[in-house]
Amino acid sequence: MKNLWAVALRELRSYFLSPLAYVVIALFLALSGYLFALILANGRQASLQGLVQNVSVLYLFIVPAISMRLLAEEQRTGTIELLLTNPVQEWEIVTGKFLASVLLVIVMLGLTLLFPLFLFIFGSPDSGPIITGYLGILLQAAAFLSVGLWASSLTQNQIVAAIIAFALLLILWLSDNLGQFLGGTIGAIVSYTSVINHFQSFPQGVIQSNDVIYYVTLILAGIVLSTLSLQSRRYR
Amino acid sequence: MIRVEHLTKNYGPRVAVADVTFDVDKGEVLGFLGPNGAGKTTTMRILTGYLPPSGGRAEVAGFDVATQSLQARANIGYLPETVPLYPDMSVRSYLDFMGKIKGARDRRRQVDRAMEKARIAHRAGDQIGKLSKGLRQRVGLAQALLGDPPVLILDEPTSGLDPRQIIETRNLIKSLGGEHTVVLSTHILPEVAATCSRIVIISNGRVVAEDTPENLDRRLKGAESIAVTVRGPREQVKRALTGVPRVLSVEAEGSDGRPANGLASFTVQSEVGADIREALAKAVVNGGFGLMELRPAHLSLEEIFLQLTTTDAPAAEVAA
Repeated sequence: MKNLWAVALRELRSYFLSPLAYVVIALFLALSGYLFALILANGRQASLQGLVQNVSVLYLFIVPAISMRLLAEEQRTGTIELLLTNPVQEWEIVTGKFLASVLLVIVMLGLTLLFPLFLFIFGSPDSGPIITGYLGILLQAAAFLSVGLWASSLTQNQIVAAIIAFALLLILWLSDNLGQFLGGTIGAIVSYTSVINHFQSFPQGVIQSNDVIYYVTLILAGIVLSTLSLQSRRYR
Repeated sequence: MIRVEHLTKNYGPRVAVADVTFDVDKGEVLGFLGPNGAGKTTTMRILTGYLPPSGGRAEVAGFDVATQSLQARANIGYLPETVPLYPDMSVRSYLDFMGKIKGARDRRRQVDRAMEKARIAHRAGDQIGKLSKGLRQRVGLAQALLGDPPVLILDEPTSGLDPRQIIETRNLIKSLGGEHTVVLSTHILPEVAATCSRIVIISNGRVVAEDTPENLDRRLKGAESIAVTVRGPREQVKRALTGVPRVLSVEAEGSDGRPANGLASFTVQSEVGADIREALAKAVVNGGFGLMELRPAHLSLEEIFLQLTTTDAPAAEVAA
């Protein structure tokens, strides 16, 4: 646990020592602010529902940028060898890295709290759906980051890691179409893997267990696969 | 402190380390010598628990590196070949992080001490990415020294340094012996002669020799050799030299017909421990030839290294 935190804090610090964190956060804030303003001007509703449903699209681009260096860079510079020749285990490194990226996203989402603040100042929105909406996009970010983390464990090249992460997330998006095409039980299963079917109810104020299970499964899968990927050096 | 028994490592069909066996006692500085690609780094990675062995076993500080990896790792300070650093961190925060990972008690003091030992304390606040290669190497060394691990494993600690830094680093490593058990790899010979109390020479994944630098020198020669230069007809001189008692062989240097101004050079091998220089001189003078030069031919460590690592001499033959 102590090692996990040490890795997480070092990583988080490293995010803010490089321009990456600032660029990513600025980009996210600009795009989500634009969407927020546009949706608000069109719909004239004091709700975050429209924005929350669109954040998922932004994640497609933002998450690979955040996750790409997590393990790829350590493998390229050889610092992974340094960590793993000390009394540290693979899962501690992987989980620490994951935690750092989630903390970065929490900072990023924290800054968007300005949007609901505006709503509360100029209107009277229902706070329940806003809270569950935030929970939804946080869970989704964590799930996507975990996928990105695994992509980053597969290569020493950050760009390659980002592209793999983007492709995997895109598949998670598009698998719904395939599911609908296939139909039947198999189609339903394929559709279940699509993230499209799991972020709709949060901004409506509903937390469905099947959505939560979906995200938690993705998170655990990413962490386990990344750990195995780091351990695979032993069998090569 | 370190026991390596029949250690083997295969990468697929390629054998990187084959049946390597050696021991390192507490406080010893062991030089791990071999050409690039001989299996030095692989052996060190196995010792530090980064790679599992394919066969055989290794023990560090009493812990098996494969089955009690965490305990073994807790006793090792490791400096990999390419010094692994986080370039965006400052020297102090990097070492502080490594201290956390190593579970060092009284971290601040430990970090200060390691920086002191590695002579990097004056740059504690600098960003690692902006340091020169030599300084980075010191940061890496400070990292290995952090928490005073009983075993230090240093993979080519002087590569890429300038001559002055090399001497400084060697002195530092020398001073670490006694307190720490050190394994040091290098492909540079004077380095082991300068720093190590014992040498293991490895070639193509096999140990080809193991001894102190002095013993290695003596044992490998197996015979005393003397270089003789004589003015006189080559064949006759050779016959005269061969006639001297306790001479094992006489070899003429250079090809026939080449000796300039009637000079002929020979390398004379004698039995170990026999000083036949006087007898040789007498034989030359009695034969009516002119003795121009007579000196013990010293096979340098460099030549031994080349001999061992270029011919596929199995260890048994060399040790004979």
